[in-house]
Amino acid sequence: MSEISGFEPVIGLEVHAQLLTNSKIFCGCKVSYGQQPNSLTCPVCLGLPGALPVLNKRAVEFAMRMILATGGTVKNRSVFARKNYFYPDLPKGYQISQYDKPIGQGGKIKFKLENGQEKSCGLTRIHLEEDAGKSLHPEHGEPYTRVDLNRCGTPLIEIVSEPDIRSAEEAYGYLSKLKQILQYLEVCSGDMEKGHLRCDANVSVRPVGQKKFGTRTELKNMNSFKGVEKAINYEIKRQTKLIKSGGTVTQSTLLWDEKKQVAEEMRSKEESKDYRYFPEPDLVNLIVNDAWKEDVSKNLPELPDEKSTRLISDYHIRQYDALVLTDSRALADYYEKVMVDFGDGQAAANWIQTEFLGLLKESKVEIQESKVTPEMISALLAKVKSGELSGKMAKEVFGEMFASGKQAEDIIKDKGLVQLSDESALGTIIDNIISVNPDNLAKYRDGKTNLLGFFVGQVMKETKGQANPQVVNKLLKEKLEG
Amino acid sequence: MPLTKQQVEHIARLARLNITEKEVEKFSKELALIVDYFEQIAAVDTTDIEPRDQFITAENVFREDRVKESLPQKKALENAPDSDGEYFHVPKVIG
Repeated sequence: MSEISGFEPVIGLEVHAQLLTNSKIFCGCKVSYGQQPNSLTCPVCLGLPGALPVLNKRAVEFAMRMILATGGTVKNRSVFARKNYFYPDLPKGYQISQYDKPIGQGGKIKFKLENGQEKSCGLTRIHLEEDAGKSLHPEHGEPYTRVDLNRCGTPLIEIVSEPDIRSAEEAYGYLSKLKQILQYLEVCSGDMEKGHLRCDANVSVRPVGQKKFGTRTELKNMNSFKGVEKAINYEIKRQTKLIKSGGTVTQSTLLWDEKKQVAEEMRSKEESKDYRYFPEPDLVNLIVNDAWKEDVSKNLPELPDEKSTRLISDYHIRQYDALVLTDSRALADYYEKVMVDFGDGQAAANWIQTEFLGLLKESKVEIQESKVTPEMISALLAKVKSGELSGKMAKEVFGEMFASGKQAEDIIKDKGLVQLSDESALGTIIDNIISVNPDNLAKYRDGKTNLLGFFVGQVMKETKGQANPQVVNKLLKEKLEG
Repeated sequence: MPLTKQQVEHIARLARLNITEKEVEKFSKELALIVDYFEQIAAVDTTDIEPRDQFITAENVFREDRVKESLPQKKALENAPDSDGEYFHVPKVIG
């Protein structure tokens, strides 16, 4: 990072999150992706003359959930406004948004960096607005642009952060946490690759120690978390180099080009005053009273940080494990279901992280789609705990369980997998092995105690790996030492 | 006072309108009349009057989050000057 030494980046993020409502924000058209182009439109979202918008109540509640979950204030009165600009994917010629009276104000996002350092970023505002349609630009020299208006009117919340972020890595941490909260609240899928979550970044740099912000540029068109991180790093370096060589940064909007890994200036972008915002006359004021706020607030789910703290105290697991298990609400719920019938929290946490998550990742299966139910895992773990199965056997059973969805009990029967723990049966086997290996026995007694491994191997071979290793070790030592 | 040529051209550009030199002159006078009219309104004394965003006294008009049938694709595209049966076609924006 020597290229930027002496300079400090100042970053603020604007995130658009598509809300998981059934219908659009101002009309009853279905919110759905990958449908026939222009098959989910009506006079309202097509902007036909005379059509009037009516606000979707659930969209308001989803916005409230996010505001309350991040410690912000839901305003008693908020107002919709028209943001005017001319673009073919915006058939009305304006986007219905909120301007000087947004529904949400303040709040913050706490997040952790890779090295465990805790950070916090303030939120300026959260407001409701509608999404635009999609333009497909010519790729083979066609003289026209194609427009699909299915997405037009999809509810969005825009989450605007304070300029509290100081590095691309912090931006990544902030976004990951934001996405996790949105998913926990079940208000947005959080999928950035599919455009359900979009992020623009305002970036400036200033000499270390300077209070005043430098001139900022706005970065757009990043379509992954990594893309955001890369675009910000690119822009920090560009601005710093420019200033160090005596130049000045001009306020502009840059588009990130993922293929070329560069940000290029976007021509002729409207300035804020060109949007000619004014109150939307077709929508009445949105009033949220205390009772409504109270109702949404009390129905908020447990959030990742609270859940993680609780898992540590309820199941006595390590902090790192709690962090992994609470990564998604689905995984945390799964773990807790395993724990309903199983007492060893750490053993279950280990099993889920190494065995279950491993297989899920390998086979690209989502946890909700897996054939293995939490009850099946607790039954399997109970067998390991009781000594009926060795760890190695359990892995074998689990692999089969994951593939077929069969119960551990059935797999064990089918495969004839029974762990031999019976001391007298194992004792007989061990006696036989010792008697046919007198040389090794003598060497062992002469001090070559690492021959224990040889004897264990022989017992395992004889029992096809089904002998209980602890019992075998114990008996062998006793007998070898005579 | 008539609007400047730059002001008229800027407004035309925001609406993606191509206007001739002659029209610039014409609109600079016409728009000036509109601005003058707003200045008359602005002259009214509004001390002690709360600004309002909305003149309808109703509040909180909602719809429940229920899906209603959309227009058939054919119908949605029907009035478009140009389409291919799936997409609207508009003069190319970039590229």
